[in-house]
Amino acid sequence: MKNKFLKIAFGILLAAMPFSLSAEEMGIADPARDKYYSALEGKKVAYVPLAMGFDLTEGWYAGMKTALEPLGIEMILRDPNWSADAGSKAISSLISERPDVMVVHNPDVQTYAKLLRKAEKAGIHVVQVNMKSAFPTDAFVGADWIEIGELVTQKVVDQCGSGTSQKVAIVQGVLTAAASAYQLRGVSNILNKNPNINIVSNQAADWDSTKARAITETTLQQHPDLCGIVGFWDGMDIGTGAAVKEAGMADKVFLATSGGGGKTGCDNLQNDIFDVFVSYDVPGQARDLSNVIKGLLQADNKPGKAGKVSLFTQLQTLTKENMNSYTGAGACWTVESLASK
Amino acid sequence: MTFLKLRNQELIILVVTVTIFILFSVFLNNFFTTGNLLTLMRSVSILGILSIGMAVVVISKGIDLSLIATLAVGTAAASVLSSPDVMPAFQFPFIYAVILGLIFVVFFCCVTGVLVAYWDMASVFVTLAMAGVIYGSGRTLFIRDELNYLPKDAVWLEFLGRGQFIGIPMPIFCFLGVALLVHLLMTKSTFGKFVYSIGDSGLAARTAGVPVRPILVMIFVLAGIIAYFAGLLTAGAISSINTRMVAGSMIYDVLLVVVVGGIGLSGGKGGMHNVILGTLLIGTLLNGMVIMDISFIVQNLIKGIILLLAIMTDTLLNPRDEQTTQQGDI
Repeated sequence: MKNKFLKIAFGILLAAMPFSLSAEEMGIADPARDKYYSALEGKKVAYVPLAMGFDLTEGWYAGMKTALEPLGIEMILRDPNWSADAGSKAISSLISERPDVMVVHNPDVQTYAKLLRKAEKAGIHVVQVNMKSAFPTDAFVGADWIEIGELVTQKVVDQCGSGTSQKVAIVQGVLTAAASAYQLRGVSNILNKNPNINIVSNQAADWDSTKARAITETTLQQHPDLCGIVGFWDGMDIGTGAAVKEAGMADKVFLATSGGGGKTGCDNLQNDIFDVFVSYDVPGQARDLSNVIKGLLQADNKPGKAGKVSLFTQLQTLTKENMNSYTGAGACWTVESLASK
Repeated sequence: MTFLKLRNQELIILVVTVTIFILFSVFLNNFFTTGNLLTLMRSVSILGILSIGMAVVVISKGIDLSLIATLAVGTAAASVLSSPDVMPAFQFPFIYAVILGLIFVVFFCCVTGVLVAYWDMASVFVTLAMAGVIYGSGRTLFIRDELNYLPKDAVWLEFLGRGQFIGIPMPIFCFLGVALLVHLLMTKSTFGKFVYSIGDSGLAARTAGVPVRPILVMIFVLAGIIAYFAGLLTAGAISSINTRMVAGSMIYDVLLVVVVGGIGLSGGKGGMHNVILGTLLIGTLLNGMVIMDISFIVQNLIKGIILLLAIMTDTLLNPRDEQTTQQGDI
């Protein structure tokens, strides 16, 4: 009797064991897990864009916040509002505040170079985004501008083969900006291979859509048989496209441009303002930024001592026909959609 | 009639403009075509409208460096307040949003005017600071993004900005219309006479019983409203407005038109025909330089030299005398 009773009691105990285990230790613990969270908890990431208020910088910020804040990382934003001088001051004061990582968007290749070196010496990891400085830091995340210039120009050249006028116009941004200067190199790489293309106008519109519009209007008056336009940035080329559309030449003139790939860019493809839009995928860049930051915070390397990493963005060549297939890959995004994830 | 009473300076500018125009017509292909001349006029008509506003202020011996901020922020406010994306709770029909934008503009222009007129501060400093105040408050209060698209119901504005009437782009009509209105205001009304008298000598005007201070406030409000109109046209032309233009060099282009047109910086001189002349000269130059595909840097150099030459001519033809020494320039 007693023996049988014990057996039953033992049986119940055995049967209950998995339940008691499930409450405490089921599966296997990941020994690296705690290290990941503790390396990120309480860290500070400072962000110095050229200016807030436009799609690229708002998108990166929203994406980084969504990825990093839940991990206990504090985001610090300094908005110099297009002033390189205010940006330099912001970086100087950040150097004394000592955040763990600084994400910097350079106005040109020179202005911040010395400050970035100083920041790394002071023990701050520096990540550069989309516009490079002459001084390479721990990481660069952003578009390969030369590749963009080549892609956009190739698209235009493809449309302007023999049988067309082969006349092409270029609408540049600000001459001194890295994004404009590197792109121009990409443009000339392709043009050198296609000597039959005739560049009838090569003007800088200063990233300003109103100027782009006025320049394009005049160019179209001069060359009513213009075949294609190489644009340097979608925010400016809404003016270029408006001039083409107003002249009733949207079918004849092929306009290719590039940008962050947001919803307004897609709308402009839909409305036939742009024919091709090379997107540097801001949601993807935001993810690259967040991951590089996570990597830097976990590795034991001192700032500036590890190898310098470049993460060039995977570009998306959007057209009216194919853009819907890219929406799953982040194209046609809005700041709200990046923030609410 | 005013063209019969041209001053020396105006004669010089007229001769220069006509010479350049003839040179371009002879040497540049497709310059002297109806299409290109309309494009030329169209592309500078917004600059011309802004210059009308600036001209009124300069005639009263002031200067308004906040015009571009007024233009961009007022227009962006109108577009934000009628946009479904940005502030869904405050989505007004576009026409109401335009009126709200106007109220915003008039309020800030009144502040500028009061500071200049009643606080006796130099307009160059007040408007420089106000440009920052207008931009800053606009961006903090409601304009989240730099680039703001017009709503769908802004069709009438898009017609004004890019439509045509009997083959002529609407902005040209708008420019000439504003020029005519302000011309009548400046020559036929008491307000206009007061503006000229203040520009000539504020002290003498006051002694003669001109209500100098209220008139000064009105001048800044008028200039602001004109700038706002120019902003709406800009937005109509490209269906969007970018507040970043505040940081650009447009204000110098406006000054260039006013000075090159021959409105003396010492105040009290010039009229709308100067603005039209200046606009045509700058328009011809810009158009010709784009046709010749001259680089951006050289274009800026040429514009800078022309501004210098214009100021030198102004100083030569209107030498500093006892009166200007006492009252100073702008």
